[in-house]
Amino acid sequence: MPVEEALLPKDLAAAEGMVNVQINGVWHRFPKGTRLIEAIGKSGDEVPHYCYHPKLSSPGNCRMCMVEIGMPARLAPGAEPTYDDEGYLPIQWMPRPAISCATMVSENLGVRTKSTLVEEARHGVMEFLLANHPLDCPICDQAGECRLQEFAVGHGRGGSRFVEQKTKKPKNVDIGPRIRLDDERCIMCSRCIRFMDEVAMDPVLGFSERGGYTTLGVHPGRKLDHNYGLNTVDICPVGALTCNDFRFQMRVWFLKETPSIDTNCGTGINTVIWTRNDQVYRITPRENNDVNSCWMPDSHRLNFHYLHGQHRLTSSLVRDGDHHRSAPSHNAAGKVASALKSAPKGTAALVVSSRLTNEEMFLAKRLAEKCGISAIATVPREGEADDYLVAADRNPNTQGFLRIFGDQDRAATLQSLRDDVRSGKIRTLLTLQEDLLAPEAGFTQDDLEKLDFLASLHLLDNGTAAAADVVLAGSGFPENRGSMINVTGRLQRLNRAINPPGEALTNWEWLATLLRETGADVFDGEAAAFKALAASDELWQDLTLARIPDNGIQLYETGIKIPLVERERERIARGEING
Amino acid sequence: MDSIRYIAGKEPHPRERRMIFRNVDREGWDTRFATYVADGGYLELRKALAMKPAEVTAEVRTSGLRGRGGAGFPTGVKWTFIPPDNTKPVYLICNADESEPGTFKDRYILHQDPHQLLEGMAIAAYAVGARKAFIYIREEFPDAARILEEAIDEAVRENILGENILGTEFSLEIIVHRGAGAYICGEETGLIESLEGKRPYPRIKPPYFPAALGLWMCPTIVNNVETLCHVKHVIAMGGSEYAAVGTRNNSGTRILCVSGDVVKPGYYEIEVGRMTLGELIDDVCGGMRPGRALKAVIPGGSSSKVLRGDETFTIRTPDGASSGLALRDIPLDFDTLAACGSMAGSGGVIVIDDSRSISWVLNNINAFYAHESCGQCTPCREGALWMRKITDRVVEGRGTPTDIDTLLSIAGQIEGRTICAFGEACAWPTQSFIHKFRDELTGATSEDNAAKASNPEAVAQRRYLAEAAAAGSAR
Ligand SMILES: Cc1cc2nc3c(=O)[nH]c(=O)nc-3n(C[C@H](O)[C@H](O)[C@H](O)COP(=O)(O)O)c2cc1C
Ligand code: SF4
Ligand code: SF4
Ligand code: SF4
Ligand code: FES
Repeated sequence: MPVEEALLPKDLAAAEGMVNVQINGVWHRFPKGTRLIEAIGKSGDEVPHYCYHPKLSSPGNCRMCMVEIGMPARLAPGAEPTYDDEGYLPIQWMPRPAISCATMVSENLGVRTKSTLVEEARHGVMEFLLANHPLDCPICDQAGECRLQEFAVGHGRGGSRFVEQKTKKPKNVDIGPRIRLDDERCIMCSRCIRFMDEVAMDPVLGFSERGGYTTLGVHPGRKLDHNYGLNTVDICPVGALTCNDFRFQMRVWFLKETPSIDTNCGTGINTVIWTRNDQVYRITPRENNDVNSCWMPDSHRLNFHYLHGQHRLTSSLVRDGDHHRSAPSHNAAGKVASALKSAPKGTAALVVSSRLTNEEMFLAKRLAEKCGISAIATVPREGEADDYLVAADRNPNTQGFLRIFGDQDRAATLQSLRDDVRSGKIRTLLTLQEDLLAPEAGFTQDDLEKLDFLASLHLLDNGTAAAADVVLAGSGFPENRGSMINVTGRLQRLNRAINPPGEALTNWEWLATLLRETGADVFDGEAAAFKALAASDELWQDLTLARIPDNGIQLYETGIKIPLVERERERIARGEING
Repeated sequence: MDSIRYIAGKEPHPRERRMIFRNVDREGWDTRFATYVADGGYLELRKALAMKPAEVTAEVRTSGLRGRGGAGFPTGVKWTFIPPDNTKPVYLICNADESEPGTFKDRYILHQDPHQLLEGMAIAAYAVGARKAFIYIREEFPDAARILEEAIDEAVRENILGENILGTEFSLEIIVHRGAGAYICGEETGLIESLEGKRPYPRIKPPYFPAALGLWMCPTIVNNVETLCHVKHVIAMGGSEYAAVGTRNNSGTRILCVSGDVVKPGYYEIEVGRMTLGELIDDVCGGMRPGRALKAVIPGGSSSKVLRGDETFTIRTPDGASSGLALRDIPLDFDTLAACGSMAGSGGVIVIDDSRSISWVLNNINAFYAHESCGQCTPCREGALWMRKITDRVVEGRGTPTDIDTLLSIAGQIEGRTICAFGEACAWPTQSFIHKFRDELTGATSEDNAAKASNPEAVAQRRYLAEAAAAGSAR
């Protein structure tokens, strides 16, 4: 090969498995096999689209993502290619637009995303999508996060030429226990169908009828009742699928979004918590390709109403004879601290939930040290893994507990604590976010009555609280900030989205107060605790709480794999999805 | 051929050349294996099996045979698109979904001469390396499906199909699959989806070109019934001799299905390019109905663009010169019809006389496409129905002149922007009818209609606005 030819951009790119693509006049380089829509995204431009979803197959049906493309002209036999000054071939633009979601980048490909051809194509698609669309925006839950609205503003013509009778379709259809369908709003992008088929592997959704009468529906005799069904609501670009739990509760533009993680199991699914005025309105999954892709089980996302329910403790309580009366926090904390401190050696114990953050656990450990408590147990919570995202370990931070307390046989430790309470050896007990009467904890009412002093830090007024001498009104997951380690060994951060109600304090605040009452130095906030913790563990030495990436960081590998994520990786490898 | 006698009243026109339809309406003919073999059937299969598969493909390439399903793509070239390094099974599919309005040819082969198709398929399967083939047959042809199944059973019994055909290494299973009852099932990738048991939603191309990623993501060759029958004749005559039938680049014979306002509508097999449209209408079909004049011709099935009866076309001859061609002088081939802005398509010639209202004809076509759009992609799903709703109004006398512009712009927003060629199929009639008959269409509309509400919703809206205005002024 002549020397000059070897220096052409195409050869330089090819040597690295890349190709050169001109986007709006500027040359970029992308790995071979990149989808054009992703390449354009990386170049800093956005392509409006509906049906394309990186985690699903690409049917190319919405036609919103069309761009103008061009390729080098095909040479006549024997003709020599003519390169321009930069070493590229002249681009011959094609008269028809191409969909960018299913087109792959290729060498010397030209792309225009702003030309007349593209604008006209987008106008056309928007006009078609709106032709039979109902004017529901004022009563539609999707308003404010609706792709149809957004692109109508960005790429629509403004007026409507459609004067015919709109096609009527079923509205307010009960397609499952948690989801409602409005067929008139459906733009037939098939995302929900593909999700149920490809990810949930329960293909209950499908289209019936044809053409403009195409109607989304559930398979006869079935319901959309799969535990991952609500993901279809997330990915539906319009208000066709809405969540029964959230619909009509709040306009989305009033809501604050806090990235956080789910605490219902050891996977630590990445989430966004949507709140207003210290109230959680909904929780949605947040993309993390190492943990949960873009998905989340319904059972986890809907499990937050207890935070605002009637069992929520809003102030601390101190036993007064047969009754509990509310008490100022410092008063209640003082009572607990002095009970722990004054307990004779070997008679006090701590139950530390594996639902606590690392920082909370670290403080609990300090508290135990300060009060000379060595009996520390946690409550293992084993369920069945669901072969998607839900881990068998239903505690979100078992790994944190193991690293901080080093207890390898948690069930046995808990058993011996129960025995020691029963035998009267343990007489003082503080439980941190565990209801001891819950089946997995295994204590009985009789056990608790044997104790001289029982304190419960919890957010709910459960059976343990009823039996306790002091009840500390604690916090729930959206009120906490801190870190946890998931079942695979990944360190992730929980962010505070709301404040605890009334006089309830965060778990962190309670533990800090208790420590202070015992006369110990207290860290200045969760971040400082994390720092101290990091200093004691070589795995996280260079980290700070704030520096944990939003998608977490793999500290070590436990060997546990998340099935859904593994399947997704296989699909990416097979080229079925972009990922 | 001289010895062949046809059923009285169904004799071919002298200007026909019957190759594919040799046995259609033939006296004493039936669909039995013995009948076919007695007439020299399956000799070409024996001949092909003695050749190398690549040699068979080469003959088909040499013959210049072009697909009779609609697009007219060279068959031999299509067969070479199977990736050379392929390790997956290869499938052959016979597209017997015949549903393009105006097209009625494949059904006669299926009903009257199944073994000709099976022979063509066996040769094609041998050439492309398929061991399993499917006949995807239009749902509305239940008898033909039964006839084919019987023919296949007989052929298997006679070792013409099945394992080690005629003692060779070659084995072939042919499966008859009843279609799902929709026009889009005839689009090859929709057909493949349907064969896989799904809704016939056409696939995007790229990447799903059937020759590489077809049935179950394996290389798949889809050919029309008539095309596959021609393969037998290519082998019989040899590629070069076949290429001499018809005209250059437009070889062989093809069956034209003439419907509409002629005296003798029907099917006629002619040498491609050796007959003009005028000869077809006036000689072969007995002319227009008495007292009627030719108004328009849709030359290749409902999807092809309409031509005006009084039009003259300027086309470039192969030597570079331009020449004017009146509609009746157009030779019926692939290339000239394309040069005239339409296409030979599926061979369905629809003749329209001056008794027909153009808005009615267009509305009839629009109704078909609105009904048959699979609904997968936005422009066709929404546009096809919208166009129908507009022409509905025009036909009812409720159209406005701007409706015609809107129609044209809707068609423009569909063409070239859809997943499959149905988009063009439904846009071209509207585009060409407006292009050719704009005055008549506009004449069917009225400015006055603009002020009238066009549907119950609009009526309600107008009433509401009027009441609101009245209430406002009363206050
Ligand atoms: C909307 C649509 C409908 C079609 N219907 C048929 C059909 O009914 N029969 C057919 O042979 N080809 C039909 N085709 C063409 C097929 O897609 C395909 O091109 C053809 O079967 C290939 O065969 P050939 O190469 O032998 O022509 C249709 C195409 C489109 C776009
Ligand atoms: S889906 Fe979007 S455009 Fe449609 S009614 Fe709801 S908010 Fe409006
Ligand atoms: S319901 Fe939503 S996600 Fe499903 S096809 Fe319709 S618009 Fe797409
Ligand atoms: S063009 Fe029409 S028929 Fe073809 S895929 Fe799109 S909607 Fe279906
Ligand atoms: S995103 Fe729908 S066609 Fe590309």
